[in-house]
Amino acid sequence: MASGNATETVLSVKGLSKTFVTKRGFPNPVTVTVRAVDDVSFAVRAGEAFGLVGESGCGKSTTGRALLRLIEPDRGAVTYRGQDVLAASGAELRALRRKLQIVFQDPYASLNPRRGIGETLAEPMRVHKMGDRAQIAERVKSLLAEVGLPPSAADKYPHEFSGGQRQRIGIARALSVDPELIVADEPVSALDVSIQAQVLLLLRDLQARRGLSYVFVAHDLGVVRFFCQSVAVMYLGRIVESGPVEEVFNQPAHPYTTVLRQASPVPDPRAKSIAVRIEGEVPSAANPPQGCHFHPRCPNAMPVCKTVYPAWTQLTPTRGVACHLHTPAGS
Amino acid sequence: MKPAEAIDDIADAPPEPRSALVRAFAVFNANKTSWVGVIVFGAIVAMAALAPLISPYDPIEQDIIARLQPPSAEHWFGTDMFGRDVLSRVIWGSQISLIVSIASIAVALLVGGTIGLVSGYIGGRTDLLIMQAMDVLLSFPSLIMGLIVVAMLGPDLINLIIAIALTAVAPFARIARAPTIVLKERAFVEAGRALGFSHIRIVLVHILPNLLAEVLVMGSLWMATAVRVEASLSFIGLGVRPPTPTWGGMINEGFENILDAPWLSIYPGLAILILVFALNMLGDGLRDATDPKLRGE
Repeated sequence: MASGNATETVLSVKGLSKTFVTKRGFPNPVTVTVRAVDDVSFAVRAGEAFGLVGESGCGKSTTGRALLRLIEPDRGAVTYRGQDVLAASGAELRALRRKLQIVFQDPYASLNPRRGIGETLAEPMRVHKMGDRAQIAERVKSLLAEVGLPPSAADKYPHEFSGGQRQRIGIARALSVDPELIVADEPVSALDVSIQAQVLLLLRDLQARRGLSYVFVAHDLGVVRFFCQSVAVMYLGRIVESGPVEEVFNQPAHPYTTVLRQASPVPDPRAKSIAVRIEGEVPSAANPPQGCHFHPRCPNAMPVCKTVYPAWTQLTPTRGVACHLHTPAGS
Repeated sequence: MKPAEAIDDIADAPPEPRSALVRAFAVFNANKTSWVGVIVFGAIVAMAALAPLISPYDPIEQDIIARLQPPSAEHWFGTDMFGRDVLSRVIWGSQISLIVSIASIAVALLVGGTIGLVSGYIGGRTDLLIMQAMDVLLSFPSLIMGLIVVAMLGPDLINLIIAIALTAVAPFARIARAPTIVLKERAFVEAGRALGFSHIRIVLVHILPNLLAEVLVMGSLWMATAVRVEASLSFIGLGVRPPTPTWGGMINEGFENILDAPWLSIYPGLAILILVFALNMLGDGLRDATDPKLRGE
């Protein structure tokens, strides 16, 4: 899909962790520690859309924000084209900000209601000194055209646009600094289904045209299957399985992926749904179960799952899973 | 460069065609008392500005022979114990009321607003400490606070403004802080950080304009309080020094003759009442207009 070396890794995330600590209660406050992101590692190749899926609260959005340092992670390493993202500061960080951008979930909260669209799109280019007034004005027009909006949109305000149009503006703002990788945080989940397809096609079009890579955060497996080439499935702050989208969804290695896939509706009325029942609720991230976090709900749970968190097992060079069913020694 | 897919977000029509300003005006306009506030306040401002032209007599010049005259065709509001025309003094007195209330609220808005904005944006322990300091300020009633400051600095116009401003700093800090905390979590602020904007740019360009309306509305309501505090301080002799006419001071001067010459205190009292009412009506209208839950029909 992208030009150039498709196997080159652009973004590498290793052991990324983020813990939120809150004190609750009076007069004897109890410290609650939530491991939102726990030892997460993955790699995104050039021109690839890498999906992060999981239920709400599994830490997928926090992962996306932590690798952009919108939330400072506690531990781990993020490397973008050989550059240490977490150690960057000052001019170095500003330069990285141009390369790594984000598109948000809520198109209503993502635009400043008191700024015109033209201003919103021109401001990043002015801050990064990407040309004189006339050049920037010209670029605003071409950005609007690129996301499928008329040039007149520049003179309007956010409230004059629909959700789908606002999401296009949010995408144009991210594109304004010519990024190479975009973290798309549930970019279509707030939109009507009919609009979702349009926005996804736009993102895919940009991927091909600009050679963009994506970290695509979503909970909708159908959307991920359509949009992404690789995927990592997250459960309670950890990646439980990752690999090429087709392989992961067609032959899930982790029981959670199986359950997740079966919970996702298939657009075929004749398809018989074999409902594998998933037991219980998602446990609180503040107090995850001992051993494998998924074992209380897992249909294949074994005694070892209750005590030992399964080690990461590489099934093929591109596929890995954290499950005792696949641990070589079996233990 | 080929444009992306043609757009037909028809199913996805804009939800709110009216701009925020149009909606705000509709709400303001729906309640006619707001307009009474605007007109009366406008009239008092005009009266203060045109005082040299419209006041029938000099407000300071004494005429002992014509002292303590009741209201008549010659002196509509009567004369005081030095024979000064009460109407002229009420007209001139509006200047002090307006200058003190506008200046003190402007100072409080600027200082308190900045404190709230910065404190809310920084957050954490710093925010906690600043806000606790503001709570200490807030625990003093306006009048007591004004009393302490004027007693310490001495009564004159500037000190009066400082004293009243100080009593209103804490409320403005609180009013500016609350929306700052909400706004700094909004995605458009996060987008600014992702785009490498400086904190100063984010605060001034992306947060401030979104809370300005709320703070300005509060300013109009607090002006009424400032008028009251100024009058109270002048009444107890801690305001602008005589013979400069002030409404509070006039009530005080008329007090010893309240039974024989009630007009000395009644007219400046009415003037305070009318100005405070007008400011409250205006402020209420503005507050409703900026309340997103109300929509003008």
